[in-house]
Amino acid sequence: MSGGVDSAVAAARAVEAGHDVTGVHLALSKNPQTYRTGARGCCTIEDSRDARRAADVIGIPFYVWDMAERFHEDVVEDFYAEYAAGRTPNPCLRCNEKIKFAAVLDRAMALGFDAVVTGHYARKGDDGLLRRAVDPGKDQSYVLAVLTPAQLAGSLFPLGDTPKDQVRVEAEDRGLAVARKPDSHDICFIADGDTSGFLKNKLGRKEGEIVDAASGEVLGSHDGSHQFTVGQRHGLGLKRPAADGKPRYVLSITPVDNRVEVGPREALRVDRIRTGAPVWLAAERTGPFEAEIQLRAHGEVYPATVTPEDGGLTAKLHKPAYGVAAGQALVVYEPSEAGDAVLASGTIDSTSSVEAAGV
Amino acid sequence: MAYLDHAATTPMLPQALDAYVRTARALGNASSLHGSGRTARRTVEEARERIAEALGAKPGEVIFTGSGTEADNLAVKGVHWHRRTAARNRVVTTAIEHHAVADAVAWLGDHEKADVTELPVDKLGRVDTAVLAALLDERGTEITVLTCMWANNEVGTLQPIAEIAAMAEPHGIPVHTDAIQAVGHVPVDFAASGAAALALSGHKLGGPTGTGALILRRDVKAVPLLHGGGQEREIRSGTLDVPGIASLAEAVAHAVRTQQVESQRLALLRDDLVARIREAVPDAVYNGDPESRLPGNAHFSFPGCEGDALLMLLDAAGVECATGSACSAGIAQPSHVLLAMGAEADDARSSLRFTLGWPTTKADIDALVAALPEAVRRAKTAGLS
Repeated sequence: MSGGVDSAVAAARAVEAGHDVTGVHLALSKNPQTYRTGARGCCTIEDSRDARRAADVIGIPFYVWDMAERFHEDVVEDFYAEYAAGRTPNPCLRCNEKIKFAAVLDRAMALGFDAVVTGHYARKGDDGLLRRAVDPGKDQSYVLAVLTPAQLAGSLFPLGDTPKDQVRVEAEDRGLAVARKPDSHDICFIADGDTSGFLKNKLGRKEGEIVDAASGEVLGSHDGSHQFTVGQRHGLGLKRPAADGKPRYVLSITPVDNRVEVGPREALRVDRIRTGAPVWLAAERTGPFEAEIQLRAHGEVYPATVTPEDGGLTAKLHKPAYGVAAGQALVVYEPSEAGDAVLASGTIDSTSSVEAAGV
Repeated sequence: MAYLDHAATTPMLPQALDAYVRTARALGNASSLHGSGRTARRTVEEARERIAEALGAKPGEVIFTGSGTEADNLAVKGVHWHRRTAARNRVVTTAIEHHAVADAVAWLGDHEKADVTELPVDKLGRVDTAVLAALLDERGTEITVLTCMWANNEVGTLQPIAEIAAMAEPHGIPVHTDAIQAVGHVPVDFAASGAAALALSGHKLGGPTGTGALILRRDVKAVPLLHGGGQEREIRSGTLDVPGIASLAEAVAHAVRTQQVESQRLALLRDDLVARIREAVPDAVYNGDPESRLPGNAHFSFPGCEGDALLMLLDAAGVECATGSACSAGIAQPSHVLLAMGAEADDARSSLRFTLGWPTTKADIDALVAALPEAVRRAKTAGLS
């Protein structure tokens, strides 16, 4: 129970479904802030109190579990390492994979519980498959797609069948004070939302060049390649506009040379994506199959031919994507009336564009 | 439900509750000059006399406060502020004080630029008086106040307060003792102890929460924390809580009067608890001084278990106990007391405190012993995350 409205309503619904429920708030920072500021950050002492008050109202026991060390090692350090390697990690996904449905679930099972209930917006079908939530704007199946079938079997998502605004109404009806608490955005451990400053603090500053990918011309400088994400347009600090007057985007980041290459949007075009070892949530496929893929949280969906090969997945997109960053997850969905089902996911290793290469 | 957390708080004694309710119905500010005021004042002064008599103090030495924490703060900060000079700016404390003392001392160090010396303890949690002797020889003239708890709130170890006070006396150093866990549980005689100041709290001995007292020798001066009407010896301001004070006196008088018999009863129950835990969980480690400790305290480490997990499982089984006193934002920190006693951080996180009180019976121990093995088995499976 984060102290937000979703987990509070999820807990209340689990109680109503007849489960013997215990509320758990995860302490993810050794030195939590006293108060939250706006929609940013989480896990403040105030959030912990909000969670406790929700548990009081629901009528369940409540405890704080200290996961600060595990969170730091598995999520925050991974976040640094990924950026340092020129990739763009998704820490929420990592937290689900390593903390909520691993450390917490394992501990809960050992202590005699049967499942972890969360306020994520996703559905679990009768077939045990993970499916998109009813509310497309809130669907969180993407950040849950890293779960193994065993982890999924130990999870309950009571909110997947309800639009968010109804969840708020329900919270209000249940007398939960968090009913109108704003949604949290951004990365919870970067309280001020300044990811670039956060990374600079840890990874340091190092002068490097911003180079035009086509001509090799040096266009400007930066103080650390880890601040950039493929597809990024703003914050490049380039003084001269491009010759054609069109905006320039980050095309690639080479941490070894501390080099950032930029170019026009067309150069971000991607129609082939490779992932590392996939997690199969549905029965593993061996040959090529048609599916839909999603490349970032709440991002666009692309029809593609997905082929399991060489220990990873290769996706051949039927329409191009732009600005696909390595380190993000590629999630494979099977479209369905009952909610698109997650078949597999994998971390994006590399991308290419057959068309751009002139093949 | 078996409640084994009486060191956190214990139910009010029936006679203390009666005294509270009776007095709370009466009108009167103890500082008013009219009849109602005089009645309230009389109640307060009779309470003061009863507490003084029970604890070997003079009535004029009893200063009523709003909590044990306030009494500790007033003694440590107030005496330090009064006695500090350019050449004398050192506070001496121990490594195992309750936060009410430890954090007050730390604040004096951080915020008021006081020098702080922390006396170490041995494996049983006893203060090292040899270190104190050397410190007094070397820096005796620099010390404003020396503070040492009478009985430790986590592991129950008793401290040699009279010996420590006798060592400080030739140097003219006032000794404060946090006796919040001791009063009513072990014999406490303020005058005989040689201490200059002693803190007690109502709700640890069957009185109401929100009441406490500082026993402060008449020749010891303290700078106030709270400024106002100067109701208590010009050292503590605030309208006197007449029902709270009457009830506190009732509880102190009763607890001290019955202390010997009740201590024997609790020690027998506690020894039974200890023996049965050792039988049920053979690798459990009994912490603290096995002999010189609070009669109602049993403190164990359960290797391979997280104290928090055990607490939750026992709670679910209807047995209430504590992991220790340290808790910030709900995040369990390894107990500073166990760390000071030389425990590893993992052992310090794997412990539980069971504390008995006046309502405790054998049925409570039975409930604990019935629930503990399964809780330990599950907590061990979960391990130390």
